[in-house]
Amino acid sequence: MIKFKLNGRDVSLDVPEDTPLLWAIRDDLGLTGTKFGCGVGQCGACTVHVGGRATRSCITPVSAVEGADVVTIEGLDPNGEHVLQVAWRDIQVPQCGYCQSGQIMQAASLLKDYPDPTDEDIDGVMGGSLCRCMTYIRIRKAIKQAAAAMKSAENGGEHSHG
Amino acid sequence: MGKLERIAAQQDRAAGRGLSRRGFLSAAVGSAFLFGFAREGRAAQVYPLGSPLPPPAFEPNIWCSVAPDGTINVNIIRAEMGQHIGTALAQIIADEMEADWDKVKITYVDTDPKWGLMITGASWSVWLTWDLFRQTGAAARTVLVEEGARLLGVPAAHCHARKGIVTDGTRSISFGDIVAKARPARSFTPEQLKALPLKPASERRVIGKQVKSLDIPPKTTGAAIYGIDAKIDGMVYGRPKMPPTRYGSKVISVDDTEAKKVRGYIRYIVLDDPSDTVPGWVVVLASSYPAAIKATDLLKVEWTPGKTAHVTEKDILDRGREQIAHRDGGTMIFDDKGVDDVFKGAHRVVEKEYTCASVMHYQLEPMNAVAQLKDGIWEIHCGNQWQTLFLPVIAKALGEPESKVKMMSYLLGGGFGRRLNGDYAVPAALASKAIGGKPVKLILTRSDDMMFDSIRSPSVQVVRAALNEQNAIVGFQHHASAGWPTEVMAAAFMEKGVDGKPYDQFAIAGADSWYDFGPMRVRALSNDLAKETFRPGWLRSVSAGWTPWAQECFIDEVAHEIGKDPVAFRLEMLNGNGPEGRNKGKAPDSAGGALRQAAVLKRVAEKAGWGKPLPKDTALGVATTFGQERAMPTWTAGIVRVHVDRKTGVVTCEKIWLVLDAGTIVDPDGALAQTEGGALWGLSMALCESSEIVDGTCKDRNLDTYTPLRMPDVPEMDIEFVESTEKPMGLGEPGVTTIGAAIGNAVFDAVGIRLRHMPIRPADVLAALKEKGDA
Repeated sequence: MIKFKLNGRDVSLDVPEDTPLLWAIRDDLGLTGTKFGCGVGQCGACTVHVGGRATRSCITPVSAVEGADVVTIEGLDPNGEHVLQVAWRDIQVPQCGYCQSGQIMQAASLLKDYPDPTDEDIDGVMGGSLCRCMTYIRIRKAIKQAAAAMKSAENGGEHSHG
Repeated sequence: MGKLERIAAQQDRAAGRGLSRRGFLSAAVGSAFLFGFAREGRAAQVYPLGSPLPPPAFEPNIWCSVAPDGTINVNIIRAEMGQHIGTALAQIIADEMEADWDKVKITYVDTDPKWGLMITGASWSVWLTWDLFRQTGAAARTVLVEEGARLLGVPAAHCHARKGIVTDGTRSISFGDIVAKARPARSFTPEQLKALPLKPASERRVIGKQVKSLDIPPKTTGAAIYGIDAKIDGMVYGRPKMPPTRYGSKVISVDDTEAKKVRGYIRYIVLDDPSDTVPGWVVVLASSYPAAIKATDLLKVEWTPGKTAHVTEKDILDRGREQIAHRDGGTMIFDDKGVDDVFKGAHRVVEKEYTCASVMHYQLEPMNAVAQLKDGIWEIHCGNQWQTLFLPVIAKALGEPESKVKMMSYLLGGGFGRRLNGDYAVPAALASKAIGGKPVKLILTRSDDMMFDSIRSPSVQVVRAALNEQNAIVGFQHHASAGWPTEVMAAAFMEKGVDGKPYDQFAIAGADSWYDFGPMRVRALSNDLAKETFRPGWLRSVSAGWTPWAQECFIDEVAHEIGKDPVAFRLEMLNGNGPEGRNKGKAPDSAGGALRQAAVLKRVAEKAGWGKPLPKDTALGVATTFGQERAMPTWTAGIVRVHVDRKTGVVTCEKIWLVLDAGTIVDPDGALAQTEGGALWGLSMALCESSEIVDGTCKDRNLDTYTPLRMPDVPEMDIEFVESTEKPMGLGEPGVTTIGAAIGNAVFDAVGIRLRHMPIRPADVLAALKEKGDA
């Protein structure tokens, strides 16, 4: 039995230890926002947070998250109002949308490390997340808008999301 | 009737339904998934749903309804794969209806013969739906105004509708209240619909307005449901063991000794496929997908491979060259009188050959489908772009009549043409059949998916121009050989050439250009070796992704050879003249003809500062197209600025300018998004991605070797749409079409090397520089 926290809830699973976290989340725990893309950790569609860090769930065995805090797109914000989700909707980023859960989770991690990211920071961190619809221009724009919103919230602005 | 309407009509006839029955049958809307209001950030998507609107809603026809609470539902038969098509189509109805956009929602419907042709491709959706949805909106408005006036006790002539309200200027009543109180039930015949007056363009209030796409909110929260997310109680998971060749592989033996050791392994099935869609497939079933992956890896299957087991990309290109070298063969799309004479009498003939590599779809959601037999109906749950084409194939595979098969619609994690080909639904259905119709969710891993891809065929093109003494082009030939997707998958829908022979219009479109070249010969050849080796696919912009690579690079080459400016040279020939008056254009689709193409070219040159000096090894390159098809032209002109690094051979695209005239722009932000994505696809196929046939299949199996464009490669972009009230054309693909040739032309201008194979790789640049003695 493997136990960890998923979006703040305690979960326990009786699955083989080498089951990829991706499939445990999608099929055993029923949260399908995290997507299967390449299966080898190179497209980013399966990105979740483990202990607050962006992690490729398709190459992470479920045994590796024993006792850890795992957060998926469904748990990023209880109301889907994380500053990035708001920016994503405002800028109309998604096209097919399949990669966007992973993009948002990766971007959330980026903003933790670089609250005011430069283009180079964005290239460096987001370069591992493939968007086949090529919404890259809007992803970059939305990240910058979210960063600005965070800053203005810190400075006592009216934005309270996130 | 345009080409595409003819296709729709043909398909309707084939299915035994006449046009007259389309568009006005009033029937309960079947199960479907739907999105909530634009305002709802977390619009729930629950599948399946019952009737989306509570009766008694007012349904002027099958396409929309108005509920007593004022909610307007629009039924969408197109696949949602990133183009926000539901939003654009709903805008068309809402505008003509004078609806309150905030009350509009959309429902993506399942297959039912009443919907007619269900296809989403070739950038057709807005263009195909424009008239019908405006008429539908007008019908709803007419009834609501009449009934509203009656309830208000004033003459209908004194009333008008605006933002979901009918008013005579003093008193007013909402659409919802009209439906609740008057319970209108009037429906319209197609003739009555066509006779309804439509609003003038100046009165449009929702068309052309920036709106929030209705499909976006759930795509930011993980709530959006794709085919791969479909879940049915009791389902088991399947993964195929891929045979060595696409066709002709035969299973000799299967050994599951090792597979049996995997916890959750159920069994393997050697598929028996009467439709011959997936010959030689073995499917492994397990209680979980990871178990299916593992067990499939461990399953030992021995095959006799098909005869193409050793075919290479070069073999296919060489076969194309051989075909083109023969005068006979292929189909003539243009074969103008006098073309041979002008070549005989030419002062000079220029001839070049261009090639393009195999390209893979790599849609991010791998192919998948859930199949089950429920209440006597085979349900196929998946995302698909051409349901009408594949229902009969699935039915044949199952040995059932088509009426016993139903496709349930889900979001598509990328289409790009891959899901026009519904081949992936067949193995899911057959696996389910093998276990008595129990639900099977078949998912291809990425490597399976790439091996099974219906790729963009490699292509060979030879282009020739006859020049007179004044260096004007007076005759032109364009010969192209590639695998033909439509021949393989939808042969009945091929067009006929001027010689009466069938051809795949999607494997030559783009070569039949609007230039005044004098007499033209355009010849399309089906590469038989390509067809035997793989299943040629439709891939975003299809042939218009590679025919301009030949023609627009060639025109640039000729311009440079005769010392003319490439933009000015093109403008001279985009003059509306040409054999049989065909470049003048014809309303409504191509009104204005070649002169509209000239206008976008002029505008993009102006915007990009064409002709101004640039730093060393940096240059602009230009190309212009008419989108995908002559019959539905989206006039497109692109300029790119590239820098070539002579040491590494790396070509960097710094900026893209695009100007497009697609007629009326219905959904401006969606149009922009499609063009941004399309242009980057064009760039990716010009510089970043391609595959190669090795031993009968594409050599790439994942992102370790297949390398589409990513965030750091994205250039600055400046995209402009011409303001127009002409009929809307398509925008899903035109963004792709100019980029490759523009890059090739820019590389030539930057460092003087002419590359005639796409993509352009650093090694090719270095080799060409070396040959030129410039490295």
